[in-house]
Amino acid sequence: MSGIDCLTNLEPGRCAVVNDLTVTGSMRRRLQDIGLIKGTRVEYVQRSPLGDPVAYLIRGAVIALRSEDSDCVMINRVN
Amino acid sequence: MGLNKNSGKVIALAGNPNVGKSTVFNALTGLKQHTGNWPGKTVTNAQGYCEYEDKVYTLVDLPGCYSLMAHSAEEEVARDFICLEKPDAVIVVCDAICLERNLNLVLQILEITSNVVVCVNLMDEAKKKKISIDLPGLSHKLGVPVVGTQARSKKGLPLLMQQVDESFHNPSSQRPIKIQYPDYAGKGLTAQEIQDEKVKVLITTAEDICRDIVRYENKSYDSSDRKIDKVLTSKLIGFPLMFLALLIIFWITISGSNYPSRFLSYILFGIEEYLLSFFIWLGVPKFIYEMLVLGIYRVLAWVVSVMLPPMAIFFPLFTLLEDIGYLPRVAFNLDKCYKKCCSCGKQALTMCMGFGCNAAGVIGSRIIDSPRERLIAIITNNFVPCNGRFPTLIALISMFMLGTSASLGASVLSAVIVTCLIIFGIGMTFVVSKILSKTILKGVPSSYLLELPPYRRPQIGKVIVRSIFDRTFFVLRRAVAVAIPAGLMIWLMANVSVGDLTILVRCAGFLDPFARLIGLDGVIMIAFVLGFPANEIVIPIMIMAYMATGSLTEINDLSVLRELLVSNGWTWITAVSTMLFSLMHWPCSTTCLTIKKETQSTKWTVISFIVPTIMGVLGCFLFANIAGLFL
Repeated sequence: MSGIDCLTNLEPGRCAVVNDLTVTGSMRRRLQDIGLIKGTRVEYVQRSPLGDPVAYLIRGAVIALRSEDSDCVMINRVN
Repeated sequence: MGLNKNSGKVIALAGNPNVGKSTVFNALTGLKQHTGNWPGKTVTNAQGYCEYEDKVYTLVDLPGCYSLMAHSAEEEVARDFICLEKPDAVIVVCDAICLERNLNLVLQILEITSNVVVCVNLMDEAKKKKISIDLPGLSHKLGVPVVGTQARSKKGLPLLMQQVDESFHNPSSQRPIKIQYPDYAGKGLTAQEIQDEKVKVLITTAEDICRDIVRYENKSYDSSDRKIDKVLTSKLIGFPLMFLALLIIFWITISGSNYPSRFLSYILFGIEEYLLSFFIWLGVPKFIYEMLVLGIYRVLAWVVSVMLPPMAIFFPLFTLLEDIGYLPRVAFNLDKCYKKCCSCGKQALTMCMGFGCNAAGVIGSRIIDSPRERLIAIITNNFVPCNGRFPTLIALISMFMLGTSASLGASVLSAVIVTCLIIFGIGMTFVVSKILSKTILKGVPSSYLLELPPYRRPQIGKVIVRSIFDRTFFVLRRAVAVAIPAGLMIWLMANVSVGDLTILVRCAGFLDPFARLIGLDGVIMIAFVLGFPANEIVIPIMIMAYMATGSLTEINDLSVLRELLVSNGWTWITAVSTMLFSLMHWPCSTTCLTIKKETQSTKWTVISFIVPTIMGVLGCFLFANIAGLFL
């Protein structure tokens, strides 16, 4: 599957590269501060037992994002 | 002492959350604040004094933040302090394992002030993961001193202070890196696009610096953490494991405090005779010595022998759990539940803090940004029994249900019952959060990020020993401060008469009809009311009151207590109702004061007082009456 998709749809164990953020304001800034800018590599690490949030490996740190927030991170899958 | 204050130079400690900043702070100032392994621990400015070579510096521990652009209260505090208060130096504490992300903050701070010393902490953890860092190279690139430390073992700290000191004497040696921003003028970019570009420059600068500085010899250095997380947060095992962890902690607390309790009560109640003889020999009037020994001393003896051992054991265990890094995983597992209740997932963390002390849980709610969600966390914090309340639960279970047998079966069963009660309390937290967010605190859940830090091996011996001592002294101090007046009060109430009845009988009689409605009795209610200053005195007060109105005059063994309770009309319904009420009633005085201070509002303090009480009354009412139908 190629093309731009949102982070929420990234499959377990897969990696992706950030393309854009569709949220604005303080959440945008917050996502950028943990390193989610265009070109950053993101890896799906672990899902919560109830399905949400999902933990991702971002620039050496494991950060959990709720689906509303990962919906705003547009990515390109890589191998 | 021969120290001269160095004209009061102020040093600020900044850094990302969870990098060991507070460990550095404690080590430099010698303050004994506990540091846990999850983000958001420091949400106020802690201040202390640090001595280095005859000079005394003021050290300010800023809240952990990822950047200085204000989104949250913590970041605002940190930024305002560095920009407006202009400290003489800023030590930026970084995590050696996650240096790239940490450098984002370092670079932002360097844009504001050049009086910076970078402290790369957790070097031991990095070494274990075969991550090597070229510290002199980093210093060269950043243009400011960089010191590697292992704050837990106090390594590197003297060198750190030396560099800070030198930066005072030689400010021109600081040549902070100048970040090159491209020229944005005239390109027709929106404000947001300019912002994005600036952030990109900062992040790629950090990335470039780290590429040359950090060497990973083991590409999968975090594989063991990932494996552990797979288990702890797995679909099948995640939740049962949380239950099991609680169960094990309570089981250790219960069985561990059994013998110390017996020993202490044997000694403390044993010397009553001698105390009485001593006072009689001194020629003290009867009313006075009975008040001192049978009133004050007995309540004190109760608190120390029955309440202290569980408190002194639970706290270190819980601290260990915190230090390992398990709590963010709990928040991760429970987040969806909080989202469904329209509250913040960080409430899981404040709830856990409430296990230690509800007042600490209230202060800890500062990690929640949204005022609405903060209030929900504060109001519902009391549904989690604090360190002073679950010994009450344990004592009731042992006294009434299982006796004080030390058998394995009994202790496991007690632990199971307590754990189930706690889970019920946690369930109530969710229910009440949901109700609040649909009624008086309407709103939508806000966004937030939860970091799952690497697991750290805690210094088990050190934490346990220090925690046990700290807790013992703390409880003893509080016992003396609160139990003495309470013991005095109950003695007077039992021995001073108005008309032909003692005050105690009158008050109990007054409260009794209402109390019976909810499965309790007047004495139990008085005990809860008098237990307002500190929850751990509720059971001692209750026992004392029963003894005063009954014929039991001395306590040789804790097992006679069951008789005492039964002879005062207790059934198992009474026992369970008392446990339910202990779980759901008004917060203690310390917590109420803390709520007032944190919310700056009498209205919300009153609501925090009323909500758990109403739930308690309702719950006990329902239980007592429904259970009564079956008997």
